[in-house]
Amino acid sequence: MPALPLGEAGKYVAAAYLVFLALVLIYVAIMAVRLARVARDVQEISELLDAGSETVGPDRETVSS
Amino acid sequence: MQKIFYVHVPLAIVALAGFVVGGIYGIRFLRTGDRAHDLRSYVAIHMSLIFGVGALLTGSIWARAAWGHWWLWDEPTLVSFLIVFLLYACYQPLRFSIEDPERQARYAAVFAIVGGAFVPLNFMAVRAAQSFAHPRTLSHTTSLPGSVLVTFLLAIAAIGLLFTTLCKYELTAKAARMQLRRLKRRLSGEAVVTLDQGRSAAPQQL
Repeated sequence: MPALPLGEAGKYVAAAYLVFLALVLIYVAIMAVRLARVARDVQEISELLDAGSETVGPDRETVSS
Repeated sequence: MQKIFYVHVPLAIVALAGFVVGGIYGIRFLRTGDRAHDLRSYVAIHMSLIFGVGALLTGSIWARAAWGHWWLWDEPTLVSFLIVFLLYACYQPLRFSIEDPERQARYAAVFAIVGGAFVPLNFMAVRAAQSFAHPRTLSHTTSLPGSVLVTFLLAIAAIGLLFTTLCKYELTAKAARMQLRRLKRRLSGEAVVTLDQGRSAAPQQL
């Protein structure tokens, strides 16, 4: 079977580079979703720490006293 | 059409190199027992699979334009790359099928080492075979015109750096999630559990 004429090859070149770009973008999108989950976890830990420091209360002695 | 050469060939080369790197980290894990090497092996193979998908897709597009066919089953270069890709596609199911993390890491390391040794053997066998349609790139780099050679080498460097960057990004993200999980368990008052309760193909602890 003969190969495509050179003039029609441009769309195949574009398709190949778009496939590469799509792969990278899909990967970055997946990592962005995971990063959002990490940010949520950091927020949860921050809230847990705040809750822990509140239960200790103001009676806590400072080091200098 | 030559422009596809600058993305397809580097993707294939870097994917194969990544499989070998996964095997090297598998050896380091078995020698030292350091789970960080197991994680690096997992990430290298995972990333190489993604790059392998890119190589197969761009190669098919190039084949359609250059030879009029999306795929040629009697072409050893194409079929051998597909075999290596399918072999490594079994890596994550293998990890997922083993619940015990220690056994999972050990078996995965052995798989990565055997696969990593298979890649260069496969490469040499394909080069020894007669190629019908797929051009031999690396044996003809010295005959490439100067500008083409420079662009090709730059493309390999760029794809290699992209691979390294994405691997480091994923390693950092995984390490951060592991630490966060540990911190959450400690802060919520649970006993420190060294093994993650859920099953996953990815390493769960360092």
